Amino acid sequence: MANILAYAEARAGELRKTAFEAVTAARQLADASGGGEVHAIVFGPAGVAAKAAQLGKFGADVVIAVEHERYANNDPESMSATIAERAKSGGHRYVVGVASQTGRDIAPRVAAKLGAAFASDVIDAKVNGDALTVRHPGYWGKVIMTLEVTGSPTVLTYRPGAVTASENAKEARAESMAPAADPSASRVVVKETTQGAKGRPDLAEAPIIISGGRGLKEAANFKLVEDLADAFGNAAVGATRAVTDEGWRPHSDQIGQTGRTVSPQLYVAVGISGAIQHIAGMRTSKAIVAINKDKEAPIFKIADYGIVGDVFEVVPALTAAVKAAKNS
Amino acid sequence: MKIAVCIKRAPDSETRFRIAASGTGIDEAGVKFDISDFDSYAVEYALQVTEKGGGEVVVISVGTDASQETLRKALSMGAASGVLLKTDGPVFDSMAVARALADELQGGGYDLVLFGKVAADTAAGAVGAMTAELLGLPCVNSVSKLDLADGRGTARRDLEGAAETVEFPLPAVVSIDEGIARPRYPSLKGIMAAKKKPLESKPAQLGDVRVKIAKMELPADRPPGRIIGEGAAAVPELVRLLQDEAKVL
Ligand SMILES: Cc1cc2nc3c(=O)[nH]c(=O)nc-3n(C[C@H](O)[C@H](O)[C@H](O)COP(=O)(O)OP(=O)(O)OC[C@H]3O[C@@H](n4cnc5c(N)ncnc54)[C@H](O)[C@@H]3O)c2cc1C
Repeated sequence: MANILAYAEARAGELRKTAFEAVTAARQLADASGGGEVHAIVFGPAGVAAKAAQLGKFGADVVIAVEHERYANNDPESMSATIAERAKSGGHRYVVGVASQTGRDIAPRVAAKLGAAFASDVIDAKVNGDALTVRHPGYWGKVIMTLEVTGSPTVLTYRPGAVTASENAKEARAESMAPAADPSASRVVVKETTQGAKGRPDLAEAPIIISGGRGLKEAANFKLVEDLADAFGNAAVGATRAVTDEGWRPHSDQIGQTGRTVSPQLYVAVGISGAIQHIAGMRTSKAIVAINKDKEAPIFKIADYGIVGDVFEVVPALTAAVKAAKNS
Repeated sequence: MKIAVCIKRAPDSETRFRIAASGTGIDEAGVKFDISDFDSYAVEYALQVTEKGGGEVVVISVGTDASQETLRKALSMGAASGVLLKTDGPVFDSMAVARALADELQGGGYDLVLFGKVAADTAAGAVGAMTAELLGLPCVNSVSKLDLADGRGTARRDLEGAAETVEFPLPAVVSIDEGIARPRYPSLKGIMAAKKKPLESKPAQLGDVRVKIAKMELPADRPPGRIIGEGAAAVPELVRLLQDEAKVL
């Protein structure tokens, strides 16, 4: 029996996909350790409590809402203090989160405040007596490490997408809690938040990613990539470092070792050579399409469906064909 | 401004990994090591700040004796001095590494402590925030743009699907993302000068290590690639495969 505190991420008062992943992971871990309670903690402005109630469906026994106007934005300083306080008073065996940008802000601080053992970015966790055995990708995903973590409490984060949110309904009790540290006293203050490309899912959440490389020749030609993404409808747009270095796309679009790591259902590489550092960020994609005029390009070694050809000819034809297939 | 940059020795990004016979590490034979990628951006950024506004850069690493070479590389780029917090082997416990670093940084008079946002090998991305917590300093992670003026910092960072700009007082801990600076290559003069720069070595105060490596393995290979055709003529076949085989359309 082990009770678990799950950090359920919200942004501007809306639960994120990672919130459901964290609660699902916590439920699985609680059940694996003989069935304990899952206590989900959510931060947001007034009204977040009502939104958070749905976490019961994913296995939370208690949903703790911490409401404060400052929590419309990130505030890792007071949020981590509040989570640590709650874990202390609740005597939780594990504190679970997801290693999104926000999760990475919060979980290590909670561990440091609690003096807890810590494991990050795990893809699975098994209870092993008093220890926890976790698997975690390292070396840019090219090596899988198995780690033994001992100590109570243990703070752990799951890699985004490693756990599929699944329902396991509990009668969740609602609780509220005041911040354990005054958010108005936090030293890091958010001045501005800007949203990414309108109408497109984020790279981490998109089932389909169309990614462009230097083969597109100039920024304006990314229109080809955008059009193909629009034809699929639920696609995000990514890029190589060659492209972000040129300033054709923002750095936040970069996929690879020093960019984002993605695993969509479909990854379409347009005019991308397939450098080892790029592949490190997309090799776990379900299906990979590559369009490149050089049949020796390394991307073809990992592409399930390769087309040797000029992107300026193949991509518009593919866009038209995808549109036609969607309409039929 | 006095800036500490915490750096780690990691394999070069071109490395093709093999697992060592022990099963708990990579086979280091023939592997080239360097400053872990994001840490090298942090070193470069710190050097640019001190070259413009004055001050000095101190590089600190937790690692085995082999990390001397990594620190020396940062000295050859322009850092003033280095500190090796020596361990007997690789450490997988982020908290233990943070304790050792906080112990060294405490009372060092640093205005800014920089980290890479995540290390290439252990890939936990936690030591910066933990060290900040242990030192009681403000912390901003994953920063792709950083301006410093009048004892304050303004940083831009990407969130998934959004970006934020934050302000904070110095001293502070900041972890560095892609986009901030590309590391310079050391000049011959820099390499010669680095040989005479102070590089201190002392045991790392890790405390209780509670995360241990049990196994390392290579992930399953993808099936070999397949070229399905040439030019626009191959598009109908691709669409058929996306519908019938990949089932994504
Ligand atoms: C430490 C380090 C970290 C790195 N991190 C990353 C990272 O995170 N992400 C990343 O992407 N890269 C990264 N890189 C860079 C990487 O090594 C490559 O330089 C980069 O991925 C190449 O981008 P590219 O494929 O767009 O360009 P190129 O390698 O120049 O390839 C362009 C391709 O387009 C094809 N092409 C050209 N014209 C056409 C046409 N008309 N039709 C069809 N095909 C065409 C060419 O045949 C070629 O294969 C990193 C490098 C280092 C050293």
